[in-house]
Amino acid sequence: MPDATELELIAQELRAAPEIGADGVVQTTFFRERATVEIAPKAIRATLSRLRERGYAFLSSVHGVDYFPHEPRLGVHYEMLDMARVDRLTVKARVSTQDPHLDSVAGEWPTADHQEREVYDMFGVIFDGHPDLRRILMPEDYEGHPQRRDFPIGGEPVFFTFNDPAEHPAAEQPASTGPSQ
Amino acid sequence: MALPLAEVGYYEEWWVQILKGIVIFAVALQLVPIVLIAERKLLGRFQGRYGPNRVGPYGMLQPLADIVKLLTKEQFRPTTSAGLLFALAPGISIVTAVAAFAIIPFGDVQHIGGERVGLYGIDVSIGPLYLFAFGAIAFYGIMLGGWASGSKYSFLGAMRAAAQLISYEVSQGLALVGVIFTAQTLSLTGIVHAQGGMWYIVPQFVGFLIFLTASFAETNRAPFDLTEADAELVGGYNTEFGGGRFASYYFAEYLNVLVVSGIVTTVFLGGWLLPFGVHPPGWVDPIVVLVKMGLVTFFFIWVRATLPRLRYDQLMSFGWKVLLPLATLNALVTAVIVVVSHK
Amino acid sequence: MSTEARSAYRRMEESITLSPLGEPEADQSGMSLADWGGGHETQELLTLNMGPHHPATHGVLRLLVTLQGEIVRDIKPIIGYVHTGIEKTAEDKAYWKVIPVLERMDYLSYFFNSMAYCTAVEAIAEVQVPKRAQYLRVIHLELNRIMSHLVWLGTSALDLGAISMFWYCFREREQILDLFEMSAGQRMHTRYFQVGGVMEDIPRGFLEKLKAFVDVMPGRTDQYNALLHSNEIVLQRLRGTCPLDAEKLLAYGVTGPLLRSAGNPWDLRKAAPYSSYDDFDFKIPVGTVGDNYDRFAVRLAEIYESVKIIKQAMEGLPEGPYITTDRKIALPPRHELATSMEALIHHFKLVTEGMRVPPGEVYSAIESPRGELGCFLRSDGSSKPARVHVRDPSFVNLQALSEMAEGSYIADLIATLAMLDPVLGGIDR
Repeated sequence: MPDATELELIAQELRAAPEIGADGVVQTTFFRERATVEIAPKAIRATLSRLRERGYAFLSSVHGVDYFPHEPRLGVHYEMLDMARVDRLTVKARVSTQDPHLDSVAGEWPTADHQEREVYDMFGVIFDGHPDLRRILMPEDYEGHPQRRDFPIGGEPVFFTFNDPAEHPAAEQPASTGPSQ
Repeated sequence: MALPLAEVGYYEEWWVQILKGIVIFAVALQLVPIVLIAERKLLGRFQGRYGPNRVGPYGMLQPLADIVKLLTKEQFRPTTSAGLLFALAPGISIVTAVAAFAIIPFGDVQHIGGERVGLYGIDVSIGPLYLFAFGAIAFYGIMLGGWASGSKYSFLGAMRAAAQLISYEVSQGLALVGVIFTAQTLSLTGIVHAQGGMWYIVPQFVGFLIFLTASFAETNRAPFDLTEADAELVGGYNTEFGGGRFASYYFAEYLNVLVVSGIVTTVFLGGWLLPFGVHPPGWVDPIVVLVKMGLVTFFFIWVRATLPRLRYDQLMSFGWKVLLPLATLNALVTAVIVVVSHK
Repeated sequence: MSTEARSAYRRMEESITLSPLGEPEADQSGMSLADWGGGHETQELLTLNMGPHHPATHGVLRLLVTLQGEIVRDIKPIIGYVHTGIEKTAEDKAYWKVIPVLERMDYLSYFFNSMAYCTAVEAIAEVQVPKRAQYLRVIHLELNRIMSHLVWLGTSALDLGAISMFWYCFREREQILDLFEMSAGQRMHTRYFQVGGVMEDIPRGFLEKLKAFVDVMPGRTDQYNALLHSNEIVLQRLRGTCPLDAEKLLAYGVTGPLLRSAGNPWDLRKAAPYSSYDDFDFKIPVGTVGDNYDRFAVRLAEIYESVKIIKQAMEGLPEGPYITTDRKIALPPRHELATSMEALIHHFKLVTEGMRVPPGEVYSAIESPRGELGCFLRSDGSSKPARVHVRDPSFVNLQALSEMAEGSYIADLIATLAMLDPVLGGIDR
């Protein structure tokens, strides 16, 4: 793990990079021996490319977080790993639910393909430039993003052929207790 | 009467022939469940488990339960299937398998109740050709069944069956040519009689190996069960078959194993002959044949428990690049030796 | 529920059919079917919907495969059929109640799931795990690794057509499950690992039984080797099929035995030791070219190494507490409840509300039988996690399947899928 000093050095280097800019790095966190650098959403690809040059070449995981009720609500974490020095660095970008756009890194890191799709599926973060941004775990026609904290928990109607409105328009709709309206 | 298609070695009275037909058909029908339970029991033992042991004593009635279950099921048919062929295909398989069973000699001509009776269905003078003719028709059972199902898995299975059966039939046939040269007859009883001195497994060992290998492919048994290939094609040609139709395919498969065992016994293992000059009375002959057939069938089951499946291209290249040249060479060498030794 | 979206999806599903491939290649002999009275000649690609109900997809994986004859031209994995919202469920449970839910994700490596989660919670809450608990965890993790590899070996051999291996592998798996039952009370999904240690000390007789298993397992693995590793058909099926080099594997985020089979000795147990893995002497088996054979051989070799680790952990098992003595984290021992008011209060608070964990975010990764199993945990200071995300190796590794198997035979696709060892419970979560 980079220690707190090294984390600041990395942050400085990122700020100095022209494609990221001084406002590209929002803040750095050093918590429980784990380094996190939070960056502006627009700088995500530039930052990850910079870090790749520094050795953090392996993107081990992408995950979404909902910071409800804090704003901006949605966060996307990129766990970068330097396999040579066995060093991890978390890159974090936060976007609001009104404008949940983030550049996709699936081009440079093919591993991000499914993982970004999962974040899109669960949190509704739209990754611009993703080759095939569809739902991955939830059904294609599902509405809403279930991992958001304000997503209501409760039953939802199960669709079978006999109560599918597309196939039986006259069929009585089951009482919808679900989130989708 | 028109010209006979083939010369038949010995004619009995018409009623003896009918009686014989019934007996052989009954024997074949009884052997299949026995092979079924034997396979399941043996596979169980090979795999460190018991196998079926709930139905009847030692689970011996398990095949009966299976058959009853299958026959009482709904005759299901996919909407995409071609109806008549879908129903007909398992029938083709079963008919050809039973027909091929008719030429396996279980014993020599015996005197029973004053009548001379050959312990076989018919003794045609073109024995192996008859066998291959029905083997070629049997392929339609699988091919049409797979095609008529209207399912992609079945279709792929049928395509594989087409390629596989045709490729291996050639090697299988050529493997027998050596024997036919040596015995100088095409009649299966004649071949058995010719083995009085030495079983053909010794002089024709290469032919024996080729024939056995090709037989695995012809009967769609592991390691050549690519037409079924349950891991890849779910069930291959019989994916969409259920109930009685599936039972027919199942029955035909095991009957084919029995037929092949019978042919191996007849052609290479000396039929009803016993080694060391032992000549038991005539009624022992069928028992000897059945025991030898059982051993060959056991080998089939053993291989199934041991070997994994080949890949499609490996199967084809093995058939065409290894078995076929080897079989040809075997036939050639045998021919030369026969010619030289007869001078 | 909008009907348009739904119908569009249905239409898309139904449209999966034969697609034209264009003009057929000219036959080398210069003859065509038309010369023989054949009709119009066309070639088509066959789209095969493999799964979700298929004997060889190891669960409910659905592969949209495009075939040209027997050759695979395109693979699209479609997942989500057993998505049960485990991560969402975890947000609504107290920290210690999350463990049983998470264990049900990758149902073959349940100890690893709980281990990843426990290490994440321990990191945030700064809990020290006693040495004995660490060793007990290692024993169970490695037993679990062997068990997972055994299931993989059995099912892979089944996919190759070697039906008997399945039962041989499950014979040893039973022994391991018996051990789990002895120590944890359950065969699967044991909830044995707790935040701060393990649930209970191992019972009397466990070590003897473990020793018996450790003694027998290398011999059994030798037998598997003899059955498969020296079988010509198996070698022909595996050697040189569907290789992928380490660089591409890294780009796809593939870790674990798959990456090691391509020659990259990346193993978190060595690289970033957790739970006292640096106490043990073991090797990391690596392959050379990363074909199916290497994947197969690496996993088989890992069984030997796991046995070695268990042996060392068993012999060096230290005395001491099996769970942290921090009463804010772990339940007090039963006998204290009768005498100590404080213990009773702690017990009451832990059982009713659960532990409170300081706010923060942590990503903690361990080496599961399939690769890097990471657990991201965000705590907001309450007694329930605000976000649990598990980076499941099967989920990530699956992306490499298309790259591996395109252009190979359909039988090799199945073999590659088997060697990939995906667990759909982990993929869909």
